[in-house]
Amino acid sequence: MTNPLRRRHPAVAIAVTLAAVTALAACGSSKKSTSGGGGGGSTGDSSAPGVTATSVLIGTTQPLTGPAAPGYSKISAAMTAYFNYANAQGGINGRKVTLKVLDDGYNPATTATDTRQLVLQDKVFALLGALGTPTHTAVLDFIKTNKVPDLFVASGSRSWNQPDKYPTTFGWQPNYTIEGKILGDYIKKTFAGKKVCSFAQGDDFGTDGVAGVEKTLGASLASKQTYTPTNTNVAPQIGALKAAGCQVVVSFTIPGFTALEVGTAAKIGFKAQYVVSNVGSDITTLTGYLKDLTKPLIEGMVSDTYLPIPSDTSNDWIQLFQKVNKDYNNNAAFDGNVTYGMGVAYTFLQALQAAGNDLTRGSLLAAVEKGGFKGPGLVPFQFSSSNHSGYAGVQVVTIKGGVASTTGSIYTTDDGDGPLTAYNGTPTPAPANGLPS
Amino acid sequence: MNAAVGALWRSTLFRHLLLTLVGAALLVLLTQQVSTFHDYELAEVGAFVCVTAGLTVLTGLNGQISLGHAALMAVGGYTVALLQQQFSDQGTTGIWVLPLSLVGGVVVTGATGAAVGVAAARLRGPYLAGATLALGVALPSLTSRFSGTFKGDQGLSVPFDPPPSQLGDTFPVERWQAWIALSAALCVLFLLANLNRSAIGRHFRAVRDDEIAAQLAGLSVARTQVLAFTVSAAAAGLGGGVYAVYLQTASPGSFSLALSLTLLSAVVIGGLGSLTGAVWGSLIVVFLGSVLQSWVDKLGLSPTSAQKLHDNLPNAVYGLLLIVAMLAVPGGIQSVLRRLARFLPLPRRSAPPPRSPAPAAQ
Repeated sequence: MTNPLRRRHPAVAIAVTLAAVTALAACGSSKKSTSGGGGGGSTGDSSAPGVTATSVLIGTTQPLTGPAAPGYSKISAAMTAYFNYANAQGGINGRKVTLKVLDDGYNPATTATDTRQLVLQDKVFALLGALGTPTHTAVLDFIKTNKVPDLFVASGSRSWNQPDKYPTTFGWQPNYTIEGKILGDYIKKTFAGKKVCSFAQGDDFGTDGVAGVEKTLGASLASKQTYTPTNTNVAPQIGALKAAGCQVVVSFTIPGFTALEVGTAAKIGFKAQYVVSNVGSDITTLTGYLKDLTKPLIEGMVSDTYLPIPSDTSNDWIQLFQKVNKDYNNNAAFDGNVTYGMGVAYTFLQALQAAGNDLTRGSLLAAVEKGGFKGPGLVPFQFSSSNHSGYAGVQVVTIKGGVASTTGSIYTTDDGDGPLTAYNGTPTPAPANGLPS
Repeated sequence: MNAAVGALWRSTLFRHLLLTLVGAALLVLLTQQVSTFHDYELAEVGAFVCVTAGLTVLTGLNGQISLGHAALMAVGGYTVALLQQQFSDQGTTGIWVLPLSLVGGVVVTGATGAAVGVAAARLRGPYLAGATLALGVALPSLTSRFSGTFKGDQGLSVPFDPPPSQLGDTFPVERWQAWIALSAALCVLFLLANLNRSAIGRHFRAVRDDEIAAQLAGLSVARTQVLAFTVSAAAAGLGGGVYAVYLQTASPGSFSLALSLTLLSAVVIGGLGSLTGAVWGSLIVVFLGSVLQSWVDKLGLSPTSAQKLHDNLPNAVYGLLLIVAMLAVPGGIQSVLRRLARFLPLPRRSAPPPRSPAPAAQ
């Protein structure tokens, strides 16, 4: 039934305008066409996009805004600062490192676009320290398809260690199950007979960590509460912990939610022993949330570390990082995020060094799989062709009077049912010029 | 002969079909010319066009507002993700797998839309806006309430088959995603353009213009409104499914309230009630940010101020554009173009077609 009274409708031209407009829009912003090659799918092991005789371009996605930004937004700045410090001394094998940082707001949808921009548009050589479990999980398949080295993902999820499925992805920090196992062992020895519960992020981060705790504790937790980073009301969960009579609360939380947890607990008069994952226990970051109440609220908190503690100014790595922080990072408040960023940057420089002068994606990946990197961590890396996890263990930390200090042995373990092993290796001294030799 | 072509051309269905095919051919050519990253951006345009086209029918033609379309996209996206995971776990592959999942997404979202539409048909103005806003906020939160199935904020991965081997080994996945999304967009545009020109489309407009008059003419206002919501939701479901394929993940963060509002303002900037306007709006949403960011990069600012501009400039310009559109051209980009087109010497456009006495409507 057509309507002869209506003249031709402009809406019918949709299909054509769609095509014409997209052509215009695409042409407007596209300088480089496909002619150069190196687009998706054509990158083999011997390819080296983003590499020249004097430079290497790498990229990362970071939460510079959004729920995970406080604290974590300092990591990429610290990485850039360390690269600038290294570049000022001539770089590695004559190449200066440039890090392109894109903000994903801790939103997996944005990470998906950002990562493609870095790889397809900016043609980065590798991704380094992309932050977040939910965010980075979303782009693993894309990274695999494009064979991009995806080094030292800033999260302790076990997903980064799947060499068969994702051959170019590597972790860096100890995975959350390893952390959980060592924390669980400490709880079993120190808080025997107490009722242990958990408050954890409702994704792999929380699930992996709690699973680790249960492995060494030998028992299921009394109450397991979870949160999502987009919902800042945690009163129901903390209320449930109180109602369950929990005495020890294991927390696999990002810093903002550690603060909400202890703050909400104090508000409703719930007292417990907090055992918090490394990622959620940085004192400077917590102070940003809790202000003057930080000291009393986190007194006695137990956590763990795999890097030298930022306040340990006698450590030569801390001295090195503080110097770089002062000269190249606008003297940012020196905390665990700064040491983290610089530690990742240093490990990447080691990998570049080991990959040699003839730098390709293949040679970089081979260098990481060969492993043998030392420092700044307390324990060695596990890197091999069959293991893409990072550090193999942690040391427990207690917080007294607003200051963190290590306690007991450094332990290493695996994320399976392997035992905890005390690690007695000597720490690697920091290089004088900050460059791997 | 000429008369036969003229008669064919006056057939709405034929004209739309022809334009869709021409559009498809041009898009195939276009996607092969641009870089893989632009292919990826085109896939996003395709997903957004599905949703904005449905939204412009709902708001522009039927007069109902929805601030919750991203939630309806989420329904489509999660349905497709769950179905694709099922197929992947069973090892089922084939060219029909993804279309089947997408149809599943459309059906489930259409049903959700019908349920919401029943409530929406009872509400007017700000109350309707409030109800759909609540939908937009509440629905994504269900993913953390039932995190066993939906995996909370981390979301579900969306596995899909690689491009068929006939296309060659080097055929980029991004171009394949663009083809999937743009085909979906063309389907939606084709179907909605026909719907608009049909009796149902006229019912939609009659209800929008005057509910009482429409009732007196024998239309059921509520039924028409529910139908409009269902159609619009189905389009959003397809858009959401395609969006999940584009992102290769379905997570609550990808279907936020901000996306709902962005899509609605895209429809307004593009031209409310016009399907072409929906296309303009989607293009602006996708390309405004990257164009502005490339301009910022050319300014040569310090990294910190460039970063600040990167994060905020697109939002500011987008907001400004919306205000300007509301004040100066309430009809959006499409009305500006229509006005401009009047000045162009296009004989076919300005002169009405010769009315042949041929039987126009049988």
